[in-house]
Amino acid sequence: MTTPDPTIRVASTDVPDERGYFGPFGGRFVPETLVPALDELEAAYRAAMADPTFQAELAHLQHSYTGRPTPVSYAKRLSEHLGGAQIYLKREDLAHTGAHKINNALGQALLAKRMGKQRVIAETGAGQHGVASATAAALLGLDCHVYMGSVDMARQRPNVFRMKLLGAEVIPVESGSKTLKDAINESIRDWVTNVRDTFYLLGSALGPHPYPMMVRDFQSVIGIEARQQILDQAGRLPDLCIACVGGGSNAIGLFHAFRADEGVALLGVEAGGRGIDSGEHAARFADPTISRPGVLQGTRSYVMQNEDGQILNTHSISAGLDYASVGPEHAYLRQTERAGYTIATDDDALAAFRLLSELEGIIPALETAHAVAEVIKQAPKLPKEAMILVNLSGRGDKDLDTVIEALGFD
Amino acid sequence: MNHSKARGLRAIAAMFDLARQAGRPAFLPFFPMGYPSPEASLDAIRTLAAAGADGFEIGVPFSDPLADGPTIQAATQIALEKGMTVPKVLASIKTLRAEGLTQPILLFSYVNPLLAYGIDELIAAANAAGVDGLIIPDLPPEEADLFAGACDEHGMALVFFLAPTSSDERVRLVVNQARGFIYVLSLTGVTGARRDLPPDLSDFLGRVRVQAGSTPLVLGFGISQPEHVRSIAPHVDGFIVGSALVKAAAAGTDSLHELALRLRHATYEES
Ligand SMILES: Cc1ncc(COP(=O)(O)O)c(C=O)c1O
Repeated sequence: MTTPDPTIRVASTDVPDERGYFGPFGGRFVPETLVPALDELEAAYRAAMADPTFQAELAHLQHSYTGRPTPVSYAKRLSEHLGGAQIYLKREDLAHTGAHKINNALGQALLAKRMGKQRVIAETGAGQHGVASATAAALLGLDCHVYMGSVDMARQRPNVFRMKLLGAEVIPVESGSKTLKDAINESIRDWVTNVRDTFYLLGSALGPHPYPMMVRDFQSVIGIEARQQILDQAGRLPDLCIACVGGGSNAIGLFHAFRADEGVALLGVEAGGRGIDSGEHAARFADPTISRPGVLQGTRSYVMQNEDGQILNTHSISAGLDYASVGPEHAYLRQTERAGYTIATDDDALAAFRLLSELEGIIPALETAHAVAEVIKQAPKLPKEAMILVNLSGRGDKDLDTVIEALGFD
Repeated sequence: MNHSKARGLRAIAAMFDLARQAGRPAFLPFFPMGYPSPEASLDAIRTLAAAGADGFEIGVPFSDPLADGPTIQAATQIALEKGMTVPKVLASIKTLRAEGLTQPILLFSYVNPLLAYGIDELIAAANAAGVDGLIIPDLPPEEADLFAGACDEHGMALVFFLAPTSSDERVRLVVNQARGFIYVLSLTGVTGARRDLPPDLSDFLGRVRVQAGSTPLVLGFGISQPEHVRSIAPHVDGFIVGSALVKAAAAGTDSLHELALRLRHATYEES
């Protein structure tokens, strides 16, 4: 692979502003106790990003440990089957630990080390961020504690074992809906208590400033690589980039490098669960009856809530998309119409899960299958010359129990 | 009745003046409206008033109370299950005012339920219901513009926090923005009764006092026992007790009354 063009990073860093706002979204809505910690984190992050030694160390680990650059694969049989656009897959499933989450976890763990914080905490939904954090902590010799909702522990069991094997402590969360949102609450409570010596390794482009910016930057390697790879392979940029959106880290990681490319449409896919009309979903952008701008867990963005501002329980077959809010930068990209957002239901995702497995020999994560489901809808509508780049954010081994049950396999 | 017009910041200032004249800190109990039921929480507030509360911090339930420990998490969950909402909290406060409760009342609420109501509408409605100020644990001064204007318009308090982690620079920021009093956190952590308060608490309070001057300082988080009150009384203008009272309320009105009396009377004793 040729060296990525470094100017891409610079081209689109007009947001967030110095207070962490992406237009009206973002900010820092946290207890006072955490404000100094966030100031310290932001200063350390900015210093690290400006430090060639840190950059070199991160680049070295990305290459020698994570296995970057991950390839872009042309999905020949899927493209032929759908009969329209040519489909390219950015293979984050091939990154070490099996998902894009490692990009951010390694970056933040290196930062924790640099800041002299030995104790690292993380939340996890699907378990991929927990595994990535536990992995980075093992590599760098940090103590890792992962909060995980007990509902998610049951549906992502393999990842619970992986975290334990990697030496992390997995702390079950029994409050609220016992999923990702509740794991984040517990992580924040831990951080507020142990703030002086603890680093909070947040897993998506969420939370108070500087997290949405920092996670985006660590994940932007996805799009920076993919943009160059597709130029090399296909001779031009794609017409459409597609990614699933839970908190939004894999999507922003892909989109970021393409922001200034006017001809490239960006499309995020939220979890439609049992359908918008059922009310059982995690489609923050698709259901204005129960989702409006609000403040949850440190940031202002779209939030699924009732009339009284109480946060609603969400549903998705994929734990990683099952969250009541969405990263503030996505709210901003949507408001400025730079990106579009749509949904895939549980059933759409399951069908896509099977199709990609059968036609390409790639078993995607259920989260990722939501992005693939949108490819299945879009590709046939587009001419053969059109190109779609989809972020294959992770592999599906962790989801076999869920899928076996849902599809009635034996 | 001459108190009925002095609401908001003026009522809060009067409360601190009275306590200061008596040479003691003001006792500001926290109680979550709606716990263990809407009626029972009103009774609890009446009980606390009878035990000598100088003012109240009334909890608005929120589904995701990230600054709260297990006791208040559980209580607010029950309050939500019992149907407590922002409009019902305000209606309950109206009822208490109609009964003649004159002590200052501050709403303790996370940002989102207030946003959902509409900030300007909420502050106007709260003012009309007899609320004197707002305490918003996930609203640092940097994010407070939206609330500050409307609070100023109605002469209502908007209370910011200081934590042991706050730098001297942040102490200055919060002192400059203070409207009513400053909520000083005794420890880094979430709400919840603690057996001991941090040993270096008086150093921290001293550091804050240097810059705060006469701005009232109210200490909260962890305070659960008369001994705590005695040890902090010389350093603060008021103190907040939450989880310990919620726990006592679970054991019945009598235990709530007894604990409140002991905390209130500790304010008279010499350490
Ligand atoms: C493989 C995979 N893709 C996507 C997601 C969703 O997160 P995000 O929206 O931050 O990329 C997860 C979260 O766990 C995941 O494991």
